[in-house]
Amino acid sequence: VNRSVAYLLRRLGFYALAAWVAITLNFFIPRLMPGDPVKTMFARFKGELKPEAIESLRETFGLTDDPLLVQYVTYLKHLFAGDLGISVSYFPEPVSKVIGAGLAWSVFLAGTALVISFLLGTALGAIAAWRRGGLVDSVLPPTLSLLGAFPFFWLAMLVLFVFGYGLGWFPLRHAYPEGTTPGLNLPFILGALQHVLLPALTMIVAALGGWMLAMRNTMVGVLGSDYITYARARGLAPRRVLLRYAFRNAVLPNVTSFGMALGFVLGGALLTEIIFSYPGQGYLLIQAVRAQDYPLMQGIFLSITLAVLGANWLVDIATLVLDPRTRR
Amino acid sequence: MTPLRLLRMLWAEPKSRAGLVIVALFVVMAGAGPSLVQDPTAFNAVPHQPPSWDHWLGTTGQGQDVLAQTVAGARMTLVVGFTTGFLVVVLGALVGGAAGYLGGRVDDALSLLINVFLVMPGLPLMVVLAAWLPPGPMTLLVVLVLTGWAWNARVLRAQALALAKRDFVLAAKVSGESALRIIRAEVLPNMLSLLASSFIGATIYAIGAQVGLEFLGLGDISEVTWGTNLYWASNDSALLLGSWWTFVPTGACIALVGFGLVLVNFGVDEIANPRLATEASWVRKLGSRAATDGSTPVVRGGVS
Repeated sequence: VNRSVAYLLRRLGFYALAAWVAITLNFFIPRLMPGDPVKTMFARFKGELKPEAIESLRETFGLTDDPLLVQYVTYLKHLFAGDLGISVSYFPEPVSKVIGAGLAWSVFLAGTALVISFLLGTALGAIAAWRRGGLVDSVLPPTLSLLGAFPFFWLAMLVLFVFGYGLGWFPLRHAYPEGTTPGLNLPFILGALQHVLLPALTMIVAALGGWMLAMRNTMVGVLGSDYITYARARGLAPRRVLLRYAFRNAVLPNVTSFGMALGFVLGGALLTEIIFSYPGQGYLLIQAVRAQDYPLMQGIFLSITLAVLGANWLVDIATLVLDPRTRR
Repeated sequence: MTPLRLLRMLWAEPKSRAGLVIVALFVVMAGAGPSLVQDPTAFNAVPHQPPSWDHWLGTTGQGQDVLAQTVAGARMTLVVGFTTGFLVVVLGALVGGAAGYLGGRVDDALSLLINVFLVMPGLPLMVVLAAWLPPGPMTLLVVLVLTGWAWNARVLRAQALALAKRDFVLAAKVSGESALRIIRAEVLPNMLSLLASSFIGATIYAIGAQVGLEFLGLGDISEVTWGTNLYWASNDSALLLGSWWTFVPTGACIALVGFGLVLVNFGVDEIANPRLATEASWVRKLGSRAATDGSTPVVRGGVS
């Protein structure tokens, strides 16, 4: 147990280091750019924003005339107080609040897609390995690998074009119908489900092949091992061999990948959200880029990175619990 | 193995030969094509026209010729793609090779650096960097290399680690060869197929990511590339107006180049590891992509 704790602490140390690198990058990127874009930004918003607002932006960015080190400390102080500054395009909303709203939609969309593609892909992979050379094993992988050659956002465009604009089966943008109020009411919930369907389906189709092949390949290896032969020789029911002996061991790498993918759920599916105008983190990020809302942009980058790092650590814990071999 | 011999072996394999032909066709198109078609930037036609005799692939929302734009777009996209692929492999080989071959403290420090870069989410970092830098091919190059080198470094480190322990390298060391000569004469020739497949993989990544960034409007939108073609298609509401011809040709070209490169890579993999030839190639392709999500499978020593 002590070794496990030491291992987890060492990993935590690594993620802390990575987080520090991300935070520091976040501080230096705007300052090291040619042409001083921060000054340009302030110049651009001089007419639009009140002097108090510009002053508070300057404050949170640490952009004073102090030496760089002092600016850095000011920036860290604000960061640890949870202050990411004020959004320029959503003025006067603080960045953290804007991110919070986007986060909920991202988790809903990417989470739904991830859970379904993980469950479906893993099951299909197990079937493909169990019946090697069968229908599932010979038809799905080439199809999915051909789809994989196209740029993902381009496929998403095509899907939206055919099923949204062409056939008119699905709504074209946003996350819920106009006129409904977010909350626990039936029109809103049904509308939200209807809106999430097409983007989620696109993501599921794109991700299915990866889950399926990973599961299939591990499962093929496991099925060839001695204890499976032994279980079969003992005359156990095939279903029991498949589920209790082979599947349980073969699913471990996929569980690890699932955990890592969870981190990216918080970051949102950048391109999908943009194509379907789905108001999650990724959509916010690109809106921020277009509006030159640098505080929001920096805040989203930081929150995505921290989410990914946190999820990675949770995966380390889960692997430790699930796989006894790592505890040695 | 020399590069020429590798190329000859790839040509002997039907699958990788098909891939080489596809990629070569696009390289020729990128080189000679722009002088054979109309001016891709000229606004000289009725906007939003479907394919016709005058404009074989129709016109864009701005009244430009889609065929000309698709052909001309290949040039910048492929130049940035192949250059990025090359730089990513060089950087990956330098960092990964140094870490794997030298070992010890150097390895610890460089591995830490590689792992920090691997754990950072790539796409958001790319978007933020590209948003701050002035738009253009140089920015794309810098951003793509910066976010893409670490994966190659990890793979090449593992290979260098394994090679450094092999008998013929140890023998060369004992016989007093200089480190530079060992790397050039013993290590590099044995890494050639891995370097080649890393280069192809990095190029595929670079083309995809570059087109994605440009589609988001983070490239130089006055330039004609495959990414900006898609950006303008979406900007001119191609979906709303049903003008599929403005985005289908470019997308198909990107997919074809990617497919050709993947075919070449199958051949490289089979040459490097003949046992793989027994397993159908699509299984490896999809399977290996999923495996990249997993944790580091790098083990000290052992034979690759």
